[in-house]
Amino acid sequence: MDLSEELLELLQENARYSIDDLARMTDAEPEAVEAEIERLESEGVIRGYQAVIDFEETERERVRAVVELNVTLDRETSYGDIAARIVQFPEVRELRLVSGDYDFDMEVQGDSMREVSHFISDKIAPIPEITQTVTHYHMDTYKTQGIVLGDSDEDDRLSISP
Amino acid sequence: MTIEPSERVETVPPSGIRRFFELAEEMDDIISLGVGEPDFSAPWAAREAAITSLELGRTSYTANRGRRELRELIAENVDRRYDLEYDPDEEVLVTTGASEGVDLALRAVVDPGDTVAVVQPSYVSYVPGVIFAGGEPLPVPTTKETDFKLTTDALYDAGADEADALVLCYPNNPTGATMNGAELEPIAEFAREHDLVVLSDEIYSELSYEHDHTSIATLPGMRERTIVFNGFSKAYAMTGLRLGYALGPPEAIGAMNRIHQYTMLSAPTTAQYAAIEALENCDDAVREMRQQYDRRRRLVLSRFEEMGIECFPASGAFYAFPESPWDDSEAFAEALLEEEHVAVVPGTAFGEGGEGHLRVSYATGMDDLKEALDRIESFIS
Repeated sequence: MDLSEELLELLQENARYSIDDLARMTDAEPEAVEAEIERLESEGVIRGYQAVIDFEETERERVRAVVELNVTLDRETSYGDIAARIVQFPEVRELRLVSGDYDFDMEVQGDSMREVSHFISDKIAPIPEITQTVTHYHMDTYKTQGIVLGDSDEDDRLSISP
Repeated sequence: MTIEPSERVETVPPSGIRRFFELAEEMDDIISLGVGEPDFSAPWAAREAAITSLELGRTSYTANRGRRELRELIAENVDRRYDLEYDPDEEVLVTTGASEGVDLALRAVVDPGDTVAVVQPSYVSYVPGVIFAGGEPLPVPTTKETDFKLTTDALYDAGADEADALVLCYPNNPTGATMNGAELEPIAEFAREHDLVVLSDEIYSELSYEHDHTSIATLPGMRERTIVFNGFSKAYAMTGLRLGYALGPPEAIGAMNRIHQYTMLSAPTTAQYAAIEALENCDDAVREMRQQYDRRRRLVLSRFEEMGIECFPASGAFYAFPESPWDDSEAFAEALLEEEHVAVVPGTAFGEGGEGHLRVSYATGMDDLKEALDRIESFIS
């Protein structure tokens, strides 16, 4: 595995690893690690670093929903054109073109169900190319971004073993 | 009356790790780098196969040697990975952990008074196993000067040319040393020349980071005199499922099976189903775990170097074996535990050549590992 591939894996595992630790883990010089990360950032491979949050554990309520969108295209309008408009809304966290029964898979976030519902009915549904929306509110989250939520397992191994 | 333990038992001291274990168990919030098993759980697919087997009511004994399907998969797997060719009917025995295999082999080949050379520092079971089998253990110390690799010099110095059998383990617990094919070659020659039976514990074979694992049994003239032990504990993180296997010539495996059929009958059935799934579908999980260990290994070795703790470049298993900053490794380990709540195992627990060293296991999540290293650093500075 080359350095950039290994760094991407490690940063996906924990984006807060220090440059020094990344260097130790990959047997590279800290300067080389730093330069490689800068390159990955400037070339747009790494688009950002975010915390993985379990909102169940916070005071503030968040509402998230997955919305299936169906669209009709014409000669002047492509999927990309429609997507370019939808992604502008800060409420939209994820947007993907998918195969199957509908076209776009959109994830939205708001402070309440009312807010999210209004967003979809007032901002998304009226877009001329959109023919149908089906909204699924998240009821509970068990795993996100590869991380299992809920109580972490106790290490039940013997503290010393041969 | 009171039941007096037999002399055989009385001659074997309790495990040196035991006292330290009791000290550690009394303390809260310790970070343990003293654990000799993976911190991962068995791959989910293997666990699910075990659950399914229970749902289907597969709770009876299996054939003494283990389920045929499993033996076939083991034979295919060791052939593909290590060029080891063994017949699943005659030359493979599924055991309750590799430990049972070692015990069976010692009892099957050692006659009273036979000398069994044991390469040290070593896993804690070999010497007691030799004694229980009625043999005389002969420690063969290895040292940091040879990166804890076995050399013919060490064998001659210990008088192993007069021995009847030789027990070795690479990749090694507790040192993390490995030996490649070229380094094993003179050992094989020694064994042929002095007519030694070789018991090769290869339980860490999947955890070799600098070179592919070579089994000594694949070297010329070695197959007929070698019994190989392996299993699912380390590579597949299945320690508690207790499943291993032995590979050897038909007469050796037959003799071992004669003991096994009376004393164990068969290895745990549920674990055998998990193992079948492990061999069929869990290569990716093994690769993923190996990669995690390797990153931790590099981190640990770099940190020790930066702290000024001498440590040879351990290249296998999940152990580093640094020199103890104090000459007395037990005193150091105890003080580290008390002051910093970090557990490591003093090298003295692993026999000759272990004193002055510490076994540091990196089978611990990265956050805890880094925290433990920080504490070690602050303790010695």
